[in-house]
Amino acid sequence: MAEKVLMKGNEALAAAAVRAGCRFYFGYPITPQTELAAYMSKVMPKVGGTFLQAESEISAINMLYGAAAAGARAMTSSSSPGISLKGEGISYMAGADLPGVIVNVERGGPGLGSIQPSQQDYWQATRAMGHGDFFMIVYAPNTVQEMADMVFTAFEKADEYLTPVMILADGLLGQMMEPVELPDEIGELPEKPWATNGHKNQREHNIANSLYLQSDELEAKLLERAKRYEAIVEKEQLSEGFMLEDAEIVLVAFGASSRIARSAVVKAREEGIKAGLLRPITLWPFPEKALAETLSTAKAYLSVEMNMGQMVDDVRLVVEGRAPVEHFGRTGGIIPTPDEVLCAIRSLNEKVGE
Amino acid sequence: MAQRELSIVLSGFGGQGLLFAGKVIAQAGLLEERYVSWLPSYGPEMRGGTASCSVVLSDDPVGSPLVTTPNVLIAMNQPSVDKFIDTVSEGGLVLVDSSMVQDMPARDGVTICEVPATKLADENGFKTLANIILTGKLFAETEFCDKQTLLDAVAKCVPPKKQELLEPNLKALELGMQQ
Amino acid sequence: MSEEKIVFQRPEALTSVNTHYCPGCAHGIVHRLVAEAMDEMDMTGNAVGVAPVGCSVLAYNYFSCDMIEAAHGRAPSVATAVKRVNPENLVFSYQGDGDLASIGMAETVHAATRGENITVIFYNNAIYGMTGGQMAPTTLPNQVTQTSPYGRDTKTAGYPVRVCELLSTLDGVAYAERVTVDKPSSVRKAKKAIKKAFEYQMAGRGYTIVEIVGTCPTNWGMTPKDAIGWLEENMLPYYPLGVYRDCVEEGFETAAEAALARAKDVPIVQGGVA
Repeated sequence: MAEKVLMKGNEALAAAAVRAGCRFYFGYPITPQTELAAYMSKVMPKVGGTFLQAESEISAINMLYGAAAAGARAMTSSSSPGISLKGEGISYMAGADLPGVIVNVERGGPGLGSIQPSQQDYWQATRAMGHGDFFMIVYAPNTVQEMADMVFTAFEKADEYLTPVMILADGLLGQMMEPVELPDEIGELPEKPWATNGHKNQREHNIANSLYLQSDELEAKLLERAKRYEAIVEKEQLSEGFMLEDAEIVLVAFGASSRIARSAVVKAREEGIKAGLLRPITLWPFPEKALAETLSTAKAYLSVEMNMGQMVDDVRLVVEGRAPVEHFGRTGGIIPTPDEVLCAIRSLNEKVGE
Repeated sequence: MAQRELSIVLSGFGGQGLLFAGKVIAQAGLLEERYVSWLPSYGPEMRGGTASCSVVLSDDPVGSPLVTTPNVLIAMNQPSVDKFIDTVSEGGLVLVDSSMVQDMPARDGVTICEVPATKLADENGFKTLANIILTGKLFAETEFCDKQTLLDAVAKCVPPKKQELLEPNLKALELGMQQ
Repeated sequence: MSEEKIVFQRPEALTSVNTHYCPGCAHGIVHRLVAEAMDEMDMTGNAVGVAPVGCSVLAYNYFSCDMIEAAHGRAPSVATAVKRVNPENLVFSYQGDGDLASIGMAETVHAATRGENITVIFYNNAIYGMTGGQMAPTTLPNQVTQTSPYGRDTKTAGYPVRVCELLSTLDGVAYAERVTVDKPSSVRKAKKAIKKAFEYQMAGRGYTIVEIVGTCPTNWGMTPKDAIGWLEENMLPYYPLGVYRDCVEEGFETAAEAALARAKDVPIVQGGVA
């Protein structure tokens, strides 16, 4: 068992990525994720890996595309405005079925926004990361420990399903220190017979490509990929429940806001309100099954987010009108307090009470 | 009686070592296998002005690592006192480096300890360790962990390459405890 | 039965797929030269090519080595990573003028200044071909295109970019040469340049680029023969052929050595990391 150490979320994530076999990191400075790049610049040369500070986010994501095509475990990271720039490359990775990990340490938006934590990129990550019909698995850690654990899982799932995978964190999780136990160094990495690493005259040439000029070929490709998406939706939903057994007011919150929501649930219970929390750990696939199970006791839902109301859409899609669904959020870089959330719980409880 | 549930704001000028002091406190919590978090202010705020961090030590999982109503404030300059003194919860503790703060604002319902930490550090030959003196004082007031744990935490936080700093740090801690 | 002797055949490094290039287009010639160079170096099995967006977008179907299709302008970034992952491989990008010198200029300049050990094959025909003949960053002043219908007006559209000249100022560049393929002797020179670039790459000398000034009869609105005449009359004087950078000719093994010599009076450069 490894020793628990105090680490910043950004650094713990970087350290775990290296242990997951990531040997190629491409990045560009932006607050509040810069510690991640700094860590990689320090460690990669020592483990025979590559740290490359690209000239732009656009270049960095295309380096990820190239490294992935060549068969390496590779990663890039940024914060919201930089992630928008990566959208193009992520779409190409999805279109070429290339695995790779993208970390978004979110800050306030739109535009240059703020550098304080936010969860304003939920829609972008789960719906519209780039052009075309595609999804990517999105993990939302809520502790420094999960920052480390999930990047490990992200590399595994990227290789398993041949898809880009995103870690959606925020400035709070990136900057804070908590005790963390880093995962063990991975042993063997999966074979990648599809990689463009030189055929050595032993096989047909491999092509990494997202272009299909014949519409029927493109449609067939999309249908094939949709089957993989179905498998992901079926097998990869992750969530955590807290005090849900008899919960009448079900909070739904992910990442940093789920920590505050949890505190608020504890306070609400002290007041006799039967509150509970469902925390999505995967944002795509959204944990529909776990959420649907709460319908047997729930009288109302409260989606607690650090944005103007984005995940609440997914909650509504699952609840399908069977109970009221409301949103409580602070945005622009403001972190809500447990008391604010408690007030929202109280008023919702009054509204749906006898 | 020991006070072990701490929500601390440490604030002062950049360079006064508040982030380090916060890390020592968090490390002590970790060594006792408690829930801890440490969160710095970041961005332009760090450039020249006031730097602060939030530290939470608890027996329960930490909700928000951002402390908005601290039960302990450690303030090492005037702007920090002015900014945070009214956020301290009733019955809370305020530790002030009185050598850096000229005008102590009035505040009822909290315990205020004024320690001339910077002056003490200078007089005792460990410049820049006013932060650790105040950490010692925090221990004296709250006994938030075992004494040995705190010493071990300091040893953990002093980087291996700067081991010559360990002894002055421990002395500063001791000095703070006597205040 | 008389003895058969093969005097000419498709290079191994080309597939048997028919290309989609227009009659008179020189992409086919350049593909062949790249393929011959790979074969002669016995590197086809260890080569990875990166295709652009533009007329040569489908190059991944024509080269028989492993191929990657990149986003518009990003081929140098993709090639950078491919080479970093497998430094023993021969890695090249194949790009047109819009891809390389317009949307991909940042990637081009930075791959060059980092001294990435890759080879860029740059086909400059002064126009966007795939989209139907729009003004390119290398379109000549007064040249008529779909988006410069009155001729490229330098007062509003500025001036063409001379890529080899621009990149040759960068310390990471080991070799930069501009060639053409207008006649057999030029084709032979172009082949030599491409092979030299590949050899420099495999010797780890630094970034290499071969710019091929070529025609686009379709979008220039000329017969292939007239297009060659226009190229010789207008393109070649504006884009003079020749070697713009060759670190070996300059007396250095690598671009890095040349860069170090260039900064001989700068202590931090000579002293390494403090």
